[in-house]
Amino acid sequence: MSEDPSLGPAQRFEQMEGPPAHRLYRQMRLIRCFEDKLLERFEAGDVAGTTHACIGQEADAVGVINHLQRGDVVFSNHRCHGHFLVYSDRPELLAAEVMGRDTGLVQGRGGSQHICWEDFYSNGIQGGIVPVTVGMGLAEKVQNTDAIAVAFLGDGTFGEGAVYEALNMASLWSAPVLFVVENNRWAQSTPVELELAGDFVDRARAFDIEAGQIESTDAEELYEYFGPILESVRAEGRPRMEVIHTYRLCHHSKSDDKRPRQEVEEKKKDDPLPKMRRRLDDEAARRIDAEVAARIDGAFRWASQQPFADPMSIVDPLMERAPQ
Amino acid sequence: MTHTVLKSLNQSLHDMMDADERVLVLGEDLLDPYGGAFKVTRGLSERFPDRVWTTPISEAGFVGVASGMAMRGLRPVVEIMFGDFLLLAADQLVNHAAKFRWMYGDKVDVPLVVRAPMGGRRGYGPTHSQTLEKHFLGVPGLVVVAVNPLVEPGAMLRAATLDDVRPLIFVENKLMYARRVRTPIEGRLGAMRARQQGEPYPTTTLSFADVPASDVTIVAYGGMVEIALEAAETLLIEDEIYCEVCAPTALHPLDIDPIADSVGRTGRLVVCEEASAAAGFGAEVISAVSGRAFDALECAPRRVASRPVPIANAPTMEEAILPQVADILEAVRGSVGRWRASRSA
Repeated sequence: MSEDPSLGPAQRFEQMEGPPAHRLYRQMRLIRCFEDKLLERFEAGDVAGTTHACIGQEADAVGVINHLQRGDVVFSNHRCHGHFLVYSDRPELLAAEVMGRDTGLVQGRGGSQHICWEDFYSNGIQGGIVPVTVGMGLAEKVQNTDAIAVAFLGDGTFGEGAVYEALNMASLWSAPVLFVVENNRWAQSTPVELELAGDFVDRARAFDIEAGQIESTDAEELYEYFGPILESVRAEGRPRMEVIHTYRLCHHSKSDDKRPRQEVEEKKKDDPLPKMRRRLDDEAARRIDAEVAARIDGAFRWASQQPFADPMSIVDPLMERAPQ
Repeated sequence: MTHTVLKSLNQSLHDMMDADERVLVLGEDLLDPYGGAFKVTRGLSERFPDRVWTTPISEAGFVGVASGMAMRGLRPVVEIMFGDFLLLAADQLVNHAAKFRWMYGDKVDVPLVVRAPMGGRRGYGPTHSQTLEKHFLGVPGLVVVAVNPLVEPGAMLRAATLDDVRPLIFVENKLMYARRVRTPIEGRLGAMRARQQGEPYPTTTLSFADVPASDVTIVAYGGMVEIALEAAETLLIEDEIYCEVCAPTALHPLDIDPIADSVGRTGRLVVCEEASAAAGFGAEVISAVSGRAFDALECAPRRVASRPVPIANAPTMEEAILPQVADILEAVRGSVGRWRASRSA
């Protein structure tokens, strides 16, 4: 696992050992293992606040982000751990952040859902990140870089007006942006049938944005699917929307799951991890599991040894950045 | 020195776009020949067609787009057609642009300028006449400045755009566009002594020359500055009350020093604003002055503000609702009168 920040996600993915199935499994295992460990820490009471896990949705992160080049922008949302871990391969920095440590991604200021590292950003407000991402993509285009931007949205986010303002402008101004919609079928405790009229794809097409959808928790399938899509956004310099119909196997945040147990149990059959693990020979799978578990243990051990975020470091940013 | 506020702002945008390719202008109805609702952007789209983006009516959306641009190397200047519409972009300003730098561990800057024409007295009625910047004062990470004709508005806009990397609301006043810029020359403005402190968003302090001590400090910003100056002249002529007028341009963070210093000299304070009073700019000024110059205060500070109702369309009503010269006269006379009464007692 390289820690060379000059590598983009796609390059790092290429340099990982083993065939693609092994790499995808290893990355998803890292996300799952990280979040399992994190939730364990919450349960134990040694992490403050809240967090939104993406258990069940790991295949989306590996399917999309492994195609990004250095300089490409990712803007994620409250459920950002999977996206970040594939983007960065730096679980220890996220662990330190969530645990409120000074050496966390943003010095303990953001926590689980407000992080920034290189060209990766996330914010905890629904919808607002979408116009910001469009602006980022447009800035890259205006400055003639080859970079594109990816925004991650959930099904619930489609209730926000800012999304449609952003889609309209992205299309009018040909922003090189991919909108990835992770339809996990539940907005907190509200099923998608109660929050969405019509269809995601139709909404994008109404803005003359090319759009598609895939129902899958299969990491290899999603990885294959998104390769040409990201290339087309880059080549054509046009926005595009892709909906991944998936499922959140965990609670919305920590222990707040009141969904029908039968439905959740049924969906566990589509859990992306065993699905991919079955394609690995047993020895390789066990080796990866052990390596990842050790790595995550190490990441949390490192994080827990870091100094707590330092209140003495608080400075008014308006004073700090006042023009001289 | 005979150009208008409008010309100053327009020329500044032309010069900046000419000098710096990072500068983009976004907003509604900006394209020539229309050139923006108040013509601040006139001529820009003809000269710089690729960098003037006329937008759909999507304030939240295009302020968000501009934030994203600012974080990735550009210097966008956004025009909100009427400042009233700034509320539509509140989430982008408060929960996104203002937070990004600190929340992201100082890794980013958001050099975003959002220009907002505020103010009434033009008969535009309840939703096109407001002075709403008070709702954005005190937001951590968000600068609010307001120009007036005593500073060069274009120079301030240039500093906000090119020298300031903080997200910033740039308040203009609709009536002011047609006014002449009249910056102090050699420390004087007409019959008054003038001192400007604080760069790049100065506070102008005006006092009558050859007066041993002024009686009252009047604080006014933006569109209230000229009204305060008119009141100060009337008070001199009719009442022989000597006023110092403090006209800050930095509303948040507020540079309290020139105001506190003035109150230190006068002992009395009247704060004017065109918005309604409750939880407004004046409250913050009085609080800050109390912290800095409490002992100097000889009487309770007074406030001049609009009445707490929507701004009516009918001229008779609008005039009654918005603060006028007469309101400042009454506040100053009341403040000084009470002092004089107590002295003679």
